[in-house]
Amino acid sequence: MASLPRNDGAPPPPPPPPPPPRVLLLRHPHHFSLIDRPLPDGFLFLKPWESPLPFDDFLSSADARAAEAIYSSGREPVTADMLRRLPEARLVVTTSAGLNHIDLAECRRRGVAIACSGDVYTDDVADLAVGLLIDVLRKLSASDRYVRRGSWRSEGEFALGSKLGGKRVGIVGLGRIGEEVAKRLEAFGCAISYHSRKKKPYVSYTFYPNVHELATNCDAIVICCGLTEKTHHMINREVLLALGKDGVIVNIGRGPIIDEKEMVQLLVQGELGGAGLDVFENEPSVPEELLTLDNVVLSPHRAVYTPETLSNLCDLVVGNLEAFFSNKPLLSPVTTAKLDSVGFS
Amino acid sequence: MSSQPEPGAEPGSGRPDVLVHRLPSFALPFLALLCDHFTVLDPCTDSPDEPAHAFLARRAGLTRALVCVGPIPLPADTLRLLPSLRLVVATTTGVDKIDLRECRQRGIAVTNAGTTFAEDVADYAVALLLDVLRRMSTADRYVREGSWLKNGDYPLGFKLRGKQVGIVGLGNIGSHVAKRLQPFGCDIAYNSRSKKPSFPYPYHASVHDLATNSDVLILCCTLTEETRHVIDREVMTVLEDRGVIINVGRGGLINEKELVQFLMRGELGGAGLDVFEDEPNVPKELLGLDNVVLSPHSAALTPESFEALGELTVSNLKAFFSNQPLSCLVQGE
Repeated sequence: MASLPRNDGAPPPPPPPPPPPRVLLLRHPHHFSLIDRPLPDGFLFLKPWESPLPFDDFLSSADARAAEAIYSSGREPVTADMLRRLPEARLVVTTSAGLNHIDLAECRRRGVAIACSGDVYTDDVADLAVGLLIDVLRKLSASDRYVRRGSWRSEGEFALGSKLGGKRVGIVGLGRIGEEVAKRLEAFGCAISYHSRKKKPYVSYTFYPNVHELATNCDAIVICCGLTEKTHHMINREVLLALGKDGVIVNIGRGPIIDEKEMVQLLVQGELGGAGLDVFENEPSVPEELLTLDNVVLSPHRAVYTPETLSNLCDLVVGNLEAFFSNKPLLSPVTTAKLDSVGFS
Repeated sequence: MSSQPEPGAEPGSGRPDVLVHRLPSFALPFLALLCDHFTVLDPCTDSPDEPAHAFLARRAGLTRALVCVGPIPLPADTLRLLPSLRLVVATTTGVDKIDLRECRQRGIAVTNAGTTFAEDVADYAVALLLDVLRRMSTADRYVREGSWLKNGDYPLGFKLRGKQVGIVGLGNIGSHVAKRLQPFGCDIAYNSRSKKPSFPYPYHASVHDLATNSDVLILCCTLTEETRHVIDREVMTVLEDRGVIINVGRGGLINEKELVQFLMRGELGGAGLDVFEDEPNVPKELLGLDNVVLSPHSAALTPESFEALGELTVSNLKAFFSNQPLSCLVQGE
């Protein structure tokens, strides 16, 4: 005889919902607060800055050690040590375009997935790179200063800029951003060449196997690669001298890719034509000598700060977290191909 | 055949006279090139203390060709002092300061700079747009005055992709601007005197219509009686408080007083201005605004374009003196 159900026919009580995934925020998520966006529901966000414990002790706490994901904005490093102390962490989410703050090798060893910023920044960064280049060449910001201090009335015409069209522009790091910079500059009539660790198949731009040769053959170079041990101070005195008295350098990558001291000296001495810089070796400090130069355009590391992009970024972060914790593929994973595309290969 | 020298030539020089008509503060960038080929009369240097009309009456009675430099007006009064004049070569593309009616009546041909500057102006227009939207010059000032260190990050600018950009005047400059904006992902539309069937962008019959459908207006047209103050209060109102105006045409295209009011009241998003109604005077209210980029009428000025301009000017003068066809003739409006 079949045994009767134990209860009165009501469906079994649903299993308790799984606890929300714990996400360790390494600092206040300013990308969300900049556009007044609340953090998503369905997660438990650990906020070390709200704890009385110093950060190092917080990492050792039971709370932190249960963290399944780590969220870094890019200024806070994700080190091998941190990963070792957070054994449950299976995902690192970063909102930074760069990946140099993450111990990628350790993540790979531990099977920790990384969700990055995908293509979210590409347009804004490429736009700014082009804007900086034209500004330096055509002296736009310097002219604006000239007019604001009344010199147009008292001193007449301002110094001439130099035509953008026909300039030979070298892209350092032909990843997504480099490609978009190239496309934009082509429409202005620039001749594009590039340097990457490896030549890219199916790309019609001239390839140079080293940065020095690129600089020798270009009127301007645009840094679009990531910061690694190999790219640190890659743009050194020799490269800048090869670029020359009329040469222009634009950096929207990371400050330490350029030997900043050397660059400043060459600019002051007139051995380098000009520079458009969104990043510096020791932000927010900018070498004092640059503050009075007219052949330099300075940007406070804000290549990506438009509300439209920040909104897309927050969508992406939420999307990645939700995908990962429902066992779906990440929207913007760091893969070998991705490492290639940010100029790491 | 007469053995007299060619009319206008200094006896013995074999090189025809060319009068340079310029403001004292405006040097002619290719003067040396001109002197290589012609006998140059330049009242500013030849006789700086003599009133211009006296010089012209004394020296330029037989002069057949004149180079009109930059923004200097060439009114009927001056033209009447030059009874032999048959050609005016302007070094600008805009010829709104030359009395074209007087020239037409007297059969004086007028040539302008044609497309010499078009690319440089288009480059500059895009640069101004990037600067205004992304607050580049303002952020540069922010860094220079030490505020990045003291006050942290500079506030946000605006993304370019997806913006509706309306080009006013789809001539050489306007079409170069459109070509440059495409890879940035802007949606382009235009207004022009006539529809251009070969251009794939939506056409609007009036500037007002164009403005209704735009986040940005880029002014690339000539200044005529019809286009004076084409950007008026109505147009600025429909652009709304996010709207941006870029002007690389002529100051007179915009009602400048209204523009200042709209910007001061926050009813317009921003402006990038290379030209003004009363250069070199810039409304002082603009000097304190962060959503405005100001430029001293330099969109066209690069050494490369000056070289091209010099070649064009000499070429047209040579053609004239040897009865060859001229290029960049200005047709009657």
